[in-house]
Amino acid sequence: MTPILALDNVSYAYRGTHAGQHAVQDVSFTIEPGQNTGLVGESGSGKSTLVKLLLGLMRPTSGQVLFDGVPLNLGDQSQVRSFRRSVQTVFQDPYSSLDPRQRVGRIVGEPVRSLRVARGRAADELVAKALESVGLAADAASRYPHEFSGGQRQRIAIARAIVSRPRVLLADEPVSALDVITRSQVIALLAELGPSRDLTVLMVSHDLSVVGALCQRTVVLQGGRIVEQGTTSSVLGAPSETYTRQLLAAVPRLPQI
Amino acid sequence: MNLLEVASLSVTSSDGVARVRDVSFTVAPGERLGLIGESGSGKSLTAFAVIGLLPAGLKATGSVMLDDTQVVGAPEKNLVPLRGRVCSFIFQEPLTALDPLMKLGHQLAEPIARHQGLRGSALKRAVLDALDEVHLPEPERIADSRSYEISGGQRQRVAIAMALACRPRLLIADEPTTALDVTVQSGVLALLDHLVADRDMAMIFVSHDLAVVSRMTDHALVMRSGEAVERGSIGELLASPRHPYTAEFAASARRIETAFASAIARGRPE
Repeated sequence: MTPILALDNVSYAYRGTHAGQHAVQDVSFTIEPGQNTGLVGESGSGKSTLVKLLLGLMRPTSGQVLFDGVPLNLGDQSQVRSFRRSVQTVFQDPYSSLDPRQRVGRIVGEPVRSLRVARGRAADELVAKALESVGLAADAASRYPHEFSGGQRQRIAIARAIVSRPRVLLADEPVSALDVITRSQVIALLAELGPSRDLTVLMVSHDLSVVGALCQRTVVLQGGRIVEQGTTSSVLGAPSETYTRQLLAAVPRLPQI
Repeated sequence: MNLLEVASLSVTSSDGVARVRDVSFTVAPGERLGLIGESGSGKSLTAFAVIGLLPAGLKATGSVMLDDTQVVGAPEKNLVPLRGRVCSFIFQEPLTALDPLMKLGHQLAEPIARHQGLRGSALKRAVLDALDEVHLPEPERIADSRSYEISGGQRQRVAIAMALACRPRLLIADEPTTALDVTVQSGVLALLDHLVADRDMAMIFVSHDLAVVSRMTDHALVMRSGEAVERGSIGELLASPRHPYTAEFAASARRIETAFASAIARGRPE
């Protein structure tokens, strides 16, 4: 099967950095349909740079981002429209990613309008369905973000991301800001969206336990390079790199009872 | 005798909302207690109230006896001798605890000079020793740096050195590793564990993360919406929680842990 998204030997250097100082270097991996993928790394590993490249917000200094096997060309409007519809995103902080002055229905419906997915009643129905699939009541649409808790706001952000029926959900530390009960609920929701909406999650996280709970594949980044990638169980169960072992050993574990 | 006795502590905001309600617990010398709860549970406010550091607009009632001194309603001059010597605080974000305009060595020298009465080269020596104790490499360079010139993990180590400078008998750590990367977190937790054990200090460890708390203490008080829900050993809270909230909290933590453990088990070579 053609991967939905692929990075082919991608490098990126920010302007003004010294020659050879790359934020990410020679990175290649693919997002296959149905294979939730975890991108793991600590601060400075290049996670955020990769996210921007994968979202088409920046062009790689060298290498290519492939969308459905075709190089992503930000000048090609029809490709970009189909790309935006197919790849949506959820950010870490559910407080700053929702406009406090808009009602939830309008926030969630934004991609429907801007991507011209539907209009009028059909658009309202898409919004209602998205809210329902993230477990929010239908009357949420007429309320404002501040009326919701952190976990509910993250559900609103997820509803906005899935409303245009994307194939990939790029979630950047989606549960890091959430308390443990909400965190476990949001992970369960993301896991369930895969089969129910044909959605593949690419989750960026520094937390291996969250990746282990949601992703079939794991990519480990350190200092802008991939140190290890493979199925989550092989990366976690039989890590081949010292750095991966260090990350694993550092995860706080619950005592066995 | 207990080092800390909190009895019917309530914290109320100026609009009359109770943020902490009727919380009671004790900490004996050398004892460690985890304060576990989600955001808004009142765990941090409880910790602040212990040392009389509540943000403006919040008022404590009830009783907090810290080393036989009443903290609730006490004038500032009664609290100053307690801070640093009896009880010290480590905050979540070390940047807020460190002055960006001051060299770290000078900041660390302040409590050491006050507590041990050292000056000149003896003081300088003590500052470098304190940095060395928290396992910072190149203490001279760190002492000569400002907070923004070192990494987050190093900052938290400097904050720990400052908190320990006056040899307190109780250390309150409020989510001290939440802002750190996992590998850095693991190093800072190991350091705290070892320093607290070494000096026979008591510790209150505040966190929302059950796994992190279990790394530092085997006893915890669970808080929710400003109330103490239950106190017990981590094993009891996980295995036989008495309160439905503790059960839900523990089950959620366990669910993530189980999925993680089974992913590891699946990939382990035969």
